[in-house]
Formats: sequence, C-alpha cells, structure tokens
Amino acid sequence: MILRLAIASLLARAVTVGMTVLAIALSVALFLFVEKVRTGAKASFADTISGTDLIVGARSGSVQLLLYSVFRIGNATNNVTWESYQDISAREDVDWIVPISLGDSHRQFRVMGTTRAFFEHYKYRQDRVLEVSNGVIMDDLFDTVIGADVATTLGYDVGDPIVVAHGLASFVEHKDQPFRVSGILGKTGTPVDRTVIVSLEAIEAIHVDWQSGAQIPGQSTPADVIRQMELEPQAVTAALVGVSSPLKTFALQRAINEYPEEPLLAILPGVALQELWGIVGIAETALLAVSAMVVVTALIGMMATVFSSLNERRREMAIFRAMGARPLTIFALLVLEAMLIAAAGAVLGLALLYLALMIAQPVIDAAFGLWLPVEAPTLREVRVVLGVIAASAIVSMVPAIRAYRLSLADGMNVRT
Amino acid sequence: MSQSVLELKDVSFRWPGRTGFALSVPALGVGAGETVMLLGQSGSGKSTLLSLICGTIAPDRGRIDVAGTDITTLSGGGRDRFRAETIGVIFQQFNLLPFGSVADNILLPLQFASKRKARAGDARATAQDLCHALGLPEDVFTAKSNTLSVGQQQRVAVARALIGQPPLIIADEPTSALDATTQAAFLDLLFQQVAGFGTSLLMVSHDPRLGARFDRVISMEDIVQMERATA
Repeated sequence: MILRLAIASLLARAVTVGMTVLAIALSVALFLFVEKVRTGAKASFADTISGTDLIVGARSGSVQLLLYSVFRIGNATNNVTWESYQDISAREDVDWIVPISLGDSHRQFRVMGTTRAFFEHYKYRQDRVLEVSNGVIMDDLFDTVIGADVATTLGYDVGDPIVVAHGLASFVEHKDQPFRVSGILGKTGTPVDRTVIVSLEAIEAIHVDWQSGAQIPGQSTPADVIRQMELEPQAVTAALVGVSSPLKTFALQRAINEYPEEPLLAILPGVALQELWGIVGIAETALLAVSAMVVVTALIGMMATVFSSLNERRREMAIFRAMGARPLTIFALLVLEAMLIAAAGAVLGLALLYLALMIAQPVIDAAFGLWLPVEAPTLREVRVVLGVIAASAIVSMVPAIRAYRLSLADGMNVRT
Repeated sequence: MSQSVLELKDVSFRWPGRTGFALSVPALGVGAGETVMLLGQSGSGKSTLLSLICGTIAPDRGRIDVAGTDITTLSGGGRDRFRAETIGVIFQQFNLLPFGSVADNILLPLQFASKRKARAGDARATAQDLCHALGLPEDVFTAKSNTLSVGQQQRVAVARALIGQPPLIIADEPTSALDATTQAAFLDLLFQQVAGFGTSLLMVSHDPRLGARFDRVISMEDIVQMERATA
C-alpha cells in the first residue's frame, strides 16, 4: 500500500516527475547506445576478416602486416617472392591461398591485385562473403571490381574506364592500360569497400613497360600484345592462407616463420586484430566516460527535483507522521520514490534504445558498415540499469536526510 | 471518570534553539469515553501540547500517560508506533493525501499499527461502514480524495481516526474550515461515532460556542503556563 501511495504521489506530480524520468531515460539510452556502438565497432573490427587462418607477408611486425594487408594502411617494407609463395601453396596443410599484390592506386583508393579465389575465401562478419551488387567479377585482364565506397565516392558505374596510378599519391599513371569497371561490390563495412580489385596478372600487365619503378621511355606495348604474354608475377605483397585443419594452424605458422629461403612472417588475424584494437580502443573508453557523465548529470537533476519538492510536501509528510510513520519511513519513502523514478527512466531508456536501434540499424549498417545487433539486454546492460537505480538511491539520500530532519522537527505540525 | 486515557503530570518543554519559548503543564487528564474541549486562541501553545501528547516531541520533564503507558519512556520510533496504535488524529484541514483514494487514506494508519489493524477486522469493510455511518456517498470510497468537498474530507478524516478503535481521538480545530451548517452536522456525526465506540475525544478549538456539546471545557490558560522571554 505504501508502494501504491508512493506511485500515486509520483503520478500526482506527473509533469515534473515525467521530465525527470525522461532525462534519466535519455541519458540511459545514450549510455547504452554508446555501449552498443562500442561493442558493435569492436565486433565489426574483429569481423573485418574472418575465415582466414593466417596472413603471410615479408617479415615485419604483426600489426604492420595486418595494417597493410587487410586495412590498406601503410606499406609493405618487402615483398614475398613468387617462389616462396608457390612453396607455401604447395604445402599439404595449406587448404587454400590467396595472393595480394599492393602498391598502385586509383585516386585516393588502393589497387589490389589478387585472384578470383579472393572472392571465394575472403570473409567478413563471421561467414559473409563478398557479393557483387552490380555487374560481375572481373573476367578480362583489364577488368576491375571496385568496392562500394569507391563507386559512390567517384560516381563509377559498371563499364566506366579507370586509370591506375603507379604507387600511391603519384602523378605517374598507367595511362597505356586503362581498366574497365566490371563489377561493384556491396557495402561490407570493411576496407574492401575502399579497394579497387584487379587480377594479379593485371598488376604485372601494367608494369610490362616499366623497370625499377619507372616507365621505360618511348616503350609502350599494346594491350593485345600484353594479353598474349605470360604474366607471371615476380612477387606478391602478402597472402591469405586457409589451413586444411585448424589443428595445423600453429605448425604452419611456425614453418612459415622459420622458412629458410626468405624472412617471412605469418600471423593469426584474430590475435593481430586484438593487438590493434588495444591501440585504437582508447577513444571508445573516452566516449563511454562522457556518456557516463550524462547519466550522472541526469541523476543530479533528479536529486534537485526531489529537493525542491520537499517544501511543498511537508503537509504530506506531516500526515504520514500523524498516522504513525517514523521519520525513517519518510526517509525510506523518498529513497523509494527516487528509485521508482530511476527505474522508470531506465526501463524507458531501454525501450528508447531498442526503438532507436530498430530504426537506425539498417541506416548505420549501410552508411558505416557497422552492425548493431538488436538482441535481449546483455548482462552488462542489465547491470547498467541496476547501477542507475542503485545510484539514484544513493543520490536521493541527500534530500531524504533533509526530509528526515524536517519531519523530525515538524512532527505533525506544518509550518508553511 | 473511571479510568484515564490521558494523563499529563508536571510536563515541561522548551523548544530547542528558541530559548524564549517554553511551556509547562502541571496536570491534565481525560477519562475513558470522555469528550473534552481545549479552548484557546492561536499562540496559546496548543500545537506544542498536541505534539507532546502525540509523542512527536518529547518533554524535558514530567510524564505523559496515554492509555496506561508513559510515552516519555518510549523511544522516538516507539512513540510513533504507539501513536499509530492508540491515537486518531484529525487536523484542521488538508487531512488527506490528495493523490490517494479515500480508502487509502482511511486505511493508512493501519499500515503502522498491527494491533489496530487486527481490531479493525476486515479493514475495507470496516472503512466502508464508517463512511456510510458518516453519511458519505457510496461511490466516494474509491474516489481520489482531492475530488471531495472540504466537509467530506473532514468526515473521511474522522473515519480514518476512528478505524481500529483507538482509545483517544485528537482533533485540532476540525471545524474551523467548515461553514456553520456543515460544522453542526460534522460535530453531530463526530460525537455520535465517538459515543458509539466509547472513544475519548480531545478537541482543540478557539470557538467557545461549541463547548456545550462536550463533557468538559478546559481553557488553555488554566492548564498551561507559557513562558515567553521578551529579552
């Protein structure tokens, strides 16, 4: 009955209480949304590459190898020779291997040479494969498949010609061998979106008339001639490897790392991603701290509301006292009230969160490739909600102590 | 006066902090089933006296026996529980929690008094009977109390004071917010119910015309010594 009266008392002050509930709801929703984005970003990050057991490159650092081979950030210090590549692919514990050749660019986007196997084995977000949303996977030597961001940023459509520049941010272009867009990939939220994919042979083809990084003056082989040539690459930048059995992963990794002919490095993508997240993860903590401050602000707002209501509620307290309520009961009543407000706010906040998620989920996925799952509240979220209610109880003790003192002094008399 | 329900002896009280204001009551008694009117103007120490009797403040000296228990020996919380069990309180006005229903308001004191709750039996039925006896309309029981007229609210307050039959009813100017006709009707009902339950009534008022209804009329000046320092 006391609980019912407390609720009735809150309802009687619907407007002010409603505002407070709304403030708490928004802050809780914001906090949980940031939390969702944070975990979603972390998961998306970890999901950048999946299904690949090892990434092989020239010996450098694991994060560096991951950065240039998967995220297309920075450059390889060295290549892997074609002989080594073939040695590895010939091993029987290697189920599949996809070569990656980097070094050229188109506008601000990296050009990656690879084989058709890339489209088969490159997986992201658990087991999703790359899908061509428009056109087909490259067929001809001078065909290219571009990522979703490349297409939207540069306004390319299937059939458009593109010219690849030598190196990065370079003015020297492979003008003699223009490419044709054969397909555009769907949005993945991975670095593939910002990549121009050509065949491994095409990388060789555009460098036919080049030597040690510069075009041989006056020499220009016609495309038809190039098509007839044996275009075997000298080296690749890196390779994605799938093992025949997960048990062999570490043995293969060790074998590659100890490869006698050339200094190579094989990394487990998951482990390297973890390492990298450790570096970029600081920003998310800052974001979380800011939204936590918003929750604290809302709780202090609630405390102010309860405080300012005390004076007009001295009559109510006097009635409770006359009926035999102890000052401690008055204290408990105010704490209970604050907890009810916070609980209502937290639940409403959760509802807001799910509403926002349901509306924003497809938009965020399309725009940022960030997948925010709509699922039952996690233990962590339940803890946040309970934490807010507990914090409200603690915060409300300040006005409750004041009410306790007032009711002790006032007794049943009301001095207005 | 066979048995006394209220007995004050050599009680003195000084408001903490306000050294200028002190009050002492050498003797005051109310017998079982007796109706007593305390006549006094505002500022005569009525509120302080009622607070002492109800136990929301404790005297510096003396004893206050309510229904055979010296409440000055009880702790603060003990006095609160004791008040809930033994005293029904009716205020001047704004007696009810405006957001609660009439039923909630009548049943409220029982929340703090288990024995009184047991005496009330089926509390809701008892409360409904009281409403009926006090001439309140049937549909009022579940209505929000702030939808009632002032006269009706005062009658609900009487029902609340009477439920569970506490031995003593304290009424602090319960009629001052009512007009003359409602006043008479209200007092008729109050006296009728108090007599029916055999409950003692101590009512404070500044209106001597009401005195005729009571067994005894006591003037505040006769029983209370006030001390008000001027310097």
